[in-house]
Amino acid sequence: MKKKNHRLTSVSLGTETVFHVILALFSLACIIPFIFVVIISFSSEQSIREIGYSFVPLAWSTDTYTYAFQKLPQIWRSFFNSVFITVVGTVLSTGICALYSYALFRPDFKFRNFFTFFSFFVMIFGGGLVPTYIISKQVLHLSENYAALIVPLLVSPFNIIVMRTFFKSSVPMELIEAATIDGSGEYSTFLRVVLPISKPGIATIALLNALAYWNDWFQSLLYIRQKKVLQPLQALLMELQNNVEYLNRMSGVLGADAIKEAMRAPTQSLRMALVVILVIPIACAYPFFQRYIIAGLTIGSVKG
Amino acid sequence: MKVSRFSKYKKTLALLTMVAPGAIWLFLLRYLPMGGIVLAFKNYKVYPRNPTFFNNLKHSAWVGFKNFKFMFMTDDAWVMIRNTLAYNIVFIILGVIIPVAFAIMMNELTKKYVAKAYQTLMFFPYFLSWIVVSYFLNAFLDPQYGLLPSMQLAAGQAATNIYTTIKPWPYIIVFANLWKNVGYSTVLYLAAIAGIDTNQYEAAAIDGATKWQQIWHVTIPNLRTMIAILFILNVGKIFNADFGLFYNLPMQNGALFPVTQVTDTFIYRAMLNTGNLGMSAAAGLLQNVVGFFCILGANAVVKKLDSDSSLF
Repeated sequence: MKKKNHRLTSVSLGTETVFHVILALFSLACIIPFIFVVIISFSSEQSIREIGYSFVPLAWSTDTYTYAFQKLPQIWRSFFNSVFITVVGTVLSTGICALYSYALFRPDFKFRNFFTFFSFFVMIFGGGLVPTYIISKQVLHLSENYAALIVPLLVSPFNIIVMRTFFKSSVPMELIEAATIDGSGEYSTFLRVVLPISKPGIATIALLNALAYWNDWFQSLLYIRQKKVLQPLQALLMELQNNVEYLNRMSGVLGADAIKEAMRAPTQSLRMALVVILVIPIACAYPFFQRYIIAGLTIGSVKG
Repeated sequence: MKVSRFSKYKKTLALLTMVAPGAIWLFLLRYLPMGGIVLAFKNYKVYPRNPTFFNNLKHSAWVGFKNFKFMFMTDDAWVMIRNTLAYNIVFIILGVIIPVAFAIMMNELTKKYVAKAYQTLMFFPYFLSWIVVSYFLNAFLDPQYGLLPSMQLAAGQAATNIYTTIKPWPYIIVFANLWKNVGYSTVLYLAAIAGIDTNQYEAAAIDGATKWQQIWHVTIPNLRTMIAILFILNVGKIFNADFGLFYNLPMQNGALFPVTQVTDTFIYRAMLNTGNLGMSAAAGLLQNVVGFFCILGANAVVKKLDSDSSLF
């Protein structure tokens, strides 16, 4: 009986094999470039010069990483910048988002409709790049400082919708009413009653924010034009796209030494090593991303 | 329970302080720039005596639609509009068909852990920035060290420099966009499929529907709402382009502009590379107005066809 039922509700074995081939090929295509870049970053410069980038280099080497961290202080600085803006940005943006969406979730909030529209409208209309850029730079002084890398990404209307839906699905109003009757203030209700039961929602938003900050290079492209020491790793890597020698020049070695240094520098594998340094934290956090972001996206995509 | 007037005010006040940080941000970084739309109708000049933004704005001359006129006199404007629309139409069509197909295929696999493994691998590119992806691509295509030129040389052919050859780029761009985003949509559709009531399949099976008929008559109709929502959102963005995809993947190569220049790169380059603020603001305004009406239009169409699937 069971077997018959099974045949009725599944495709034939041949079809399933075809499915496997298609899905496996695409899945492999998704991961192979990263493996390739890891291999290049551990290839010796000699091997790259002779046979180019290859899955099987002539010789392996960790020189690139040693060189990157010993000779190029800007890499440390950029790594610090990336971590700093990610941590500060994530804490601030998640806090702001949780507070804003909590108020929108409360049916007894008098200005609920107004503030819902206030955040929703910017999703469908905006001033555009030029006015945003000029106002940020000239009026808000977001220029050549860390604030310029953090403030522009603080609020995401999409995240507000996701978070509000989370509150709706996990926080019963009776709980808030009970806390109010017990004499709890709004903030202590929020901190002691609401937040503890909304942890998965907060985690989702925090991870989305962390990802946005870690992967951002556009704010740096716009607002960090002179004080390049403030560049996060993504922006540094972008600078290297058309200017392979950029880092060597930044290392401050001048004159004949610079030429000698540049000759020895593992320039080609260095760029790939930076890519690896950028992807490793994402790969480490990936299980969390999968667990929380899938839940979050599924909830957020439900109309609410 | 009787709630005193005072405590009601106190509650509203507390909730207002909660929305305050977000509302202030939205006002300063989203609503204030909307006022800056006037830039599109001005010849923006720095006012030398006291160059604050508001002084500059006040002392810049009104030029009516001149910025728009100049923009449309350049060939670049038509190229970027053509590119943006063409790429987006391809993205929207393939961006529905492929993820829905993948989600249905994964759902049919008998070994669930294998399906999970596919999903894990496919979702990975979504978490990477376009900068990182541009280096992934570079590892294969770099004219000097890339895998493709080496293979061409090994096969006795001349190595091509892809970064100066226009022809393959439309395919590279479409593939890269799918590569990065298919996993995300597949996950969304898989979750929607998982939410379908199994009774519907059983009823169909009892009526003698084959698996393919079940997919066509049960699975796809159940995905309608999600397809409609993603469709509205994407049509609303039909005049927008993923800046990183078009700016970083071709390594900002000018030779490829005929197939890589899109609205967002045009606006950015006009603003920061050529310093034509008025034209850039005009293009930005056009982009936002068209986007606004597209999203309202798409929503209205979906609402008419199926009122439950509309976004608002």
